Amino acid sequence: MAGLSYEEAKKVVYKGLVILAVVTLVEVFFSLLAKGHIIHDLKYIDWLHYLIGFLLISLSLYKAYYIIYEFMHMRYEVRGLALSVLLPTVLLIWAVIAFFQEGNSWKSRRQQIREKNTEEVDELRLKKQESMLQDTYILKLEDTI
Amino acid sequence: MATSDTVIEQKEVQNQADAWSGGKAPFKASYGKLMMWYFLLSDAFTFAGFLIAYGALRFSSPTWPVPDFVFSTAPFGVHHAPLIFVTIMSFLLIVSSVTMVRAVQEGHKENKNGVVFWMFMTILGGAGFLSCQAWEWTNLIGTEHMSVTTNPFGTYTENGVYLTPDGKESDETFEAGESYLIHKAHAGEGHGSGEHAEGEHAELDYSQGDHPGYFVDERGFIHRKFKVTEGPNAGEIRMEEFGPKAFGALFFFITGFHGFHVFSGVVFLFIIMINAASGLYVRRQNGHEMVEKMGLYWHFVDLVWVFVFLVFYLL
Repeated sequence: MAGLSYEEAKKVVYKGLVILAVVTLVEVFFSLLAKGHIIHDLKYIDWLHYLIGFLLISLSLYKAYYIIYEFMHMRYEVRGLALSVLLPTVLLIWAVIAFFQEGNSWKSRRQQIREKNTEEVDELRLKKQESMLQDTYILKLEDTI
Repeated sequence: MATSDTVIEQKEVQNQADAWSGGKAPFKASYGKLMMWYFLLSDAFTFAGFLIAYGALRFSSPTWPVPDFVFSTAPFGVHHAPLIFVTIMSFLLIVSSVTMVRAVQEGHKENKNGVVFWMFMTILGGAGFLSCQAWEWTNLIGTEHMSVTTNPFGTYTENGVYLTPDGKESDETFEAGESYLIHKAHAGEGHGSGEHAEGEHAELDYSQGDHPGYFVDERGFIHRKFKVTEGPNAGEIRMEEFGPKAFGALFFFITGFHGFHVFSGVVFLFIIMINAASGLYVRRQNGHEMVEKMGLYWHFVDLVWVFVFLVFYLL
């Protein structure tokens, strides 16, 4: 705790307790609000879910920031140390976007498979014949290249 | 003014050149503390991998159990209290983080008794959290019959109305997006959520097979039948399906991995508390640095919980 006296540092700690507790309570309140536990009809409003989801993620990131910077004293460390620990986590932004996108694509694949499975058999046979013709055409075309 | 500034600048350049030539700590942190930071960084990536896998699988499922339905029970017979118990668990971790900061501060003051007292408080917080988690798991496994491969928490995709045990329409309706719990026959008293009328259970025939109002599978799960009332499939009779399998595996694996971190944290806190009490760190005269390193680990466990709490319970 460089730069802070013992008394000051003690104050920071109890301020931290209040901040984290209040933010957690606010998070739970908004989560229940979005699910319609407090005002029932709110659960039918789609855009509100996205808004509250965004809010919950932001508040959690704020809590993470507070824990790292105040409780783990990152604020009082040399800049190089902070950067060497924090910069690698930027990779996670890529990972979150890439893998959530991937998950979404699995979902549409599964839906496609389910739809195919429920198709009538006769209809399926007809379609198969049609697609066979198309496939062979493409194969020939590739052979000439 | 100007000259003194230049002097300082020159000194800094000199320092930077010297800093990497050995024998100095350019990050002004000891080896142990620095390595604790890098260990935590690698651990953060492990947890991030798990949580991202959770996100990808959740995105890939057409439905996902509603958390405030799944986590709505608390000890002492409390039902329909969504997220309340898990909020208490979060508070326990936050408070134990705060007491850990106090221990580190007393350590800087070389106040041995203060360190031991606040570390003991931290251990109590950690043990309290673990007990709560043990109860949560016991409830999910024992009462609600969730396992790594079975997820009895499903979600309706269409509006509908339940059938009575003799196959007629009841007045029990539901909406798309709500979750249900598939109960088990002969599970005795104390069904988890108490969603379904308990009194009826005793008189009905829950032998394996098809019944007018429900289907009992080979493991004794009672899949209630319902009639879809809206949409293109209106009028169809369906039965409750199991929810996405991945839910159970992800929940037990990720909260279990976090719980294991808490458990090993409590063990190490205990060891370091004993060492501190014996005066070992006072003799080292480095401001109880071991307590500080332990503090870093403990705050990290709290930090991970912030995100586990977010994705499993809040969203």
